[in-house]
Amino acid sequence: MSAQEKSMSVSDEMMIEMNGVHKWYGQFHVLKNINLTVKRGERIVICGPSGSGKSTLIRCINRLEEHQQGEIIVEGTELTGNLKHIEQIRREVGMVFQHFNLFPHLTVMENCTLAPIWVRHMPKQEAEELAMNYLRQVKIPEQAEKFPGQLSGGQQQRAAIARSLCMRPKVMLFDEPTSALDPEMIKEVLDIMIELARDGMTMICVTHEMGFAKTVANRVIFMDGGEIIEQNEPEEFFANPKNERTQLFLSQILQH
Amino acid sequence: MTGETTVFPNPLRWALGLWRDQKHRGTIIQIMALVALLLFIGIIIRNTAINLQALGLEIGYDFLTEPANYDINQHLIDYNSLSSHLRATVVGIINTALVSVCGIILATVIGLFAGILRLSKNWLVSRIMYAYVEFGRNVPVLLQILLFHALIIHTLPHPRASLSPMDGVFLSNRGFYVPQPVLEPAAWAILAALVIAVAAAWWFAGHAKRVQENTGRHYPVFTINLALIIGLPLLAFFLAGRPIGLDFPQLKGFNYQGGMVLRPEFTALWFALSFYAGAYIAELVRAGILAISRGQTEAAYSLGLRPNWTMRLVILPQAMRVMVPPLISQYLGLIKDSSLAIVIGYMDIVATIGGISLNQTGRALECMSITLFIYLGISLGVSTVMNWYNRRVALVGS
Ligand SMILES: Nc1ncnc2c1ncn2[C@@H]1O[C@H](COP(=O)(O)OP(=O)(O)O)[C@@H](O)[C@H]1O
Ligand SMILES: [Mg+2]
Repeated sequence: MSAQEKSMSVSDEMMIEMNGVHKWYGQFHVLKNINLTVKRGERIVICGPSGSGKSTLIRCINRLEEHQQGEIIVEGTELTGNLKHIEQIRREVGMVFQHFNLFPHLTVMENCTLAPIWVRHMPKQEAEELAMNYLRQVKIPEQAEKFPGQLSGGQQQRAAIARSLCMRPKVMLFDEPTSALDPEMIKEVLDIMIELARDGMTMICVTHEMGFAKTVANRVIFMDGGEIIEQNEPEEFFANPKNERTQLFLSQILQH
Repeated sequence: MTGETTVFPNPLRWALGLWRDQKHRGTIIQIMALVALLLFIGIIIRNTAINLQALGLEIGYDFLTEPANYDINQHLIDYNSLSSHLRATVVGIINTALVSVCGIILATVIGLFAGILRLSKNWLVSRIMYAYVEFGRNVPVLLQILLFHALIIHTLPHPRASLSPMDGVFLSNRGFYVPQPVLEPAAWAILAALVIAVAAAWWFAGHAKRVQENTGRHYPVFTINLALIIGLPLLAFFLAGRPIGLDFPQLKGFNYQGGMVLRPEFTALWFALSFYAGAYIAELVRAGILAISRGQTEAAYSLGLRPNWTMRLVILPQAMRVMVPPLISQYLGLIKDSSLAIVIGYMDIVATIGGISLNQTGRALECMSITLFIYLGISLGVSTVMNWYNRRVALVGS
C-alpha cells in the first residue's frame, strides 16, 4: 500500500483512547502511563521485546485484563467495572490470538456462527450465510464442515480471523497471530490481514513481521518495560529510530 | 542346493515362512495363546465336575426354587423366609441396584460441588475441599463404611428419643423415618399431567430451536420447561382435590410404624460409598475444568459471550469429554465397592445369593457363578451406555 492509500481510510473519528493507563500484576508494574489514541481506519503495529507488556496492553482494550489507573475509552464508552459496557465493547472489538483458541468441539462453521447466534440473536441461516462470506474472504470455504483439529495451523488462524469478523467488529486486535505458525503458513495469514487493512478495518497488531508493518501500518509503536518508548510512521521508524533501545531491538530482529 | 529341499518338505517350509513374517507371527502367537487359555479353562471345569461327582454332588440350579429360609430386613418386593432363593437373589439385586444408583447420584453431586469449590478463590473453602478429597481418597472404603455405620448407630439416639428436625421426620439409630406418600385413586391425574408436561416441554424445546433458527429470538427454554414440569402436576394435584396423602410414622412400642424408613445399613453404605467416590469425582471435575485452557474462555469473552453462556456452550461440553472415561471407572468402582455391604449387614447380592444362600445350600460354585454374572452384567451394561455417550461426544481431529 502506498503512503497515500494508507492515510486515505483514516478518519478523524476516535476509536480507542488510552489516557495515563497503569496496570500492576501484584507488585509488578506491567503498564506504565500508556497514552495511545487510535482513529477509525488506523492501523497500528506494536513491537517490542518479549515480556514488555504488548499483550497486556491490547488485552486491556477488551478487558480481558483490568487496568488499575487511567482511562480507556472505546468508541465513546469508558471501560469500567460496568458489565453492560464491557459486553457492549467486546461485541465491537474482535481479537485474534497467538494460539488461535478455536473451539475444538465445534466445526469451523459453528465456531463462526456461535457468537452471531447467541450474542447478536441472528437467525441461524443468516448467520451461516454471513460466516460463509467471511470463510470465502479468508479462502477456506471448503473447510466449513471440518473441525479445527483437522486443519493446518494457517487454516486454523484464518478460521479464527473469520470467526472474529462474523461479529462485524469495528476494531480488530491481533496478538502475535503468526508467531505460532510454521514459516510457510505465515504468508497466507499475513495476506488476509493485508486485505483486511485495504478494506479499511481499524487494527492493532502485535507482531514482529516488519514487512507487514511497512506495508500496512500508519504507525509503529515500540514498547519496552511496560512503556511506550517510541512511535512513528513506519518509514521514519525503521530508517531513523530515535531511542537506543529501539535501535538495539531493531538491529536484533533485522539480523535474521 | 538340493540337499535343503529334501530336509525341509514344502509345508514345513511354508509354515516357517509364516513364522518369520512379522505380520503373521503376531497372529500365530495370538491363536496359540487363545488355544492355551481355552484348554486351561476346559481342564479346570472338567476337574471340578469330576471332583464334585466323586463327592456325589452335581452342578445344578434347581435349588433356586426351594425356600430360602432366611429373612431380609430390606426388601422392596414382597419377600419372607418362605420365598425361594431365586426371589432372595432378586431382592439382593434390587438392593445392590438401589444403593448403586443412589450412590452414583449422590457421589456425582458431591463430586461436582467439591470439585468446583476446590477451585474457589476463597482460601478456607478450597482448603476444606482439599482436606475432604484427601481424606476420602486415602481412607480405605471399608473403613469409611464401618465409620458411617458406627456414626449412625452410636451417635444417634434411640427411637424414643429421636431427633425430629421436621414434622414427621425422625432420626434414630433404627433408621431415618419420613412420611410416606399415599396415592388415592385420583392420583392418576397427576401422573397424566406429568406425562403431558414432559411432552409439552419436549415440543417447546424443538419449537424454541426452530424459532431461533428462523428469527434469531431466544426463549429461556430451561426455565420455562422447568416451570412446566413442576407446575402442571402441581396444578393437577390441587384440581384433583389433593389425591396424595401422607402417612406419618408413629412411635409404637420400641419403634416407629408407618411412614418410610431409610435403614441404618442402607444409609451408612449409601453415604460411605458416595463420600468415597465423591472425593475421586471431585478431582476429575477439577482436572476437567482446568484442562479446558484459559484461552477458550478468553476467546468466548472476546466474542462478547457472557460468562454463563461461555460455561454452557464452550467449557462444559469440553470438560464433559475429558471427564466421561474416568467417570465410567468411578461408577463401576462404586458398584463393585457396594459388595462390601455385607460387613454392616446390608443385604445385597453378595449377602443374599453369594452369602446366606451359599452357606445354607452348600452350592458354592452355582452361587458364586450367579453372583459373578450379575456383577459382570451390570458393569458391562453401565460401561456400554457410558462408552456410547463418550463416542457420541468424542472430538474429531486433534
Ligand atoms: N497473569 C499474570 N500474572 C503475573 N504476571 C503476568 C501475567 N501475565 C503477564 N505477566 C507478566 O507481565 C509481563 C508482560 O507480559 P505480556 O504482556 O504477555 O508481554 P508480551 O506480550 O510483551 O510478551 C511479563 O513479564 C509477564 O511475565
Ligand atoms: Mg505476548
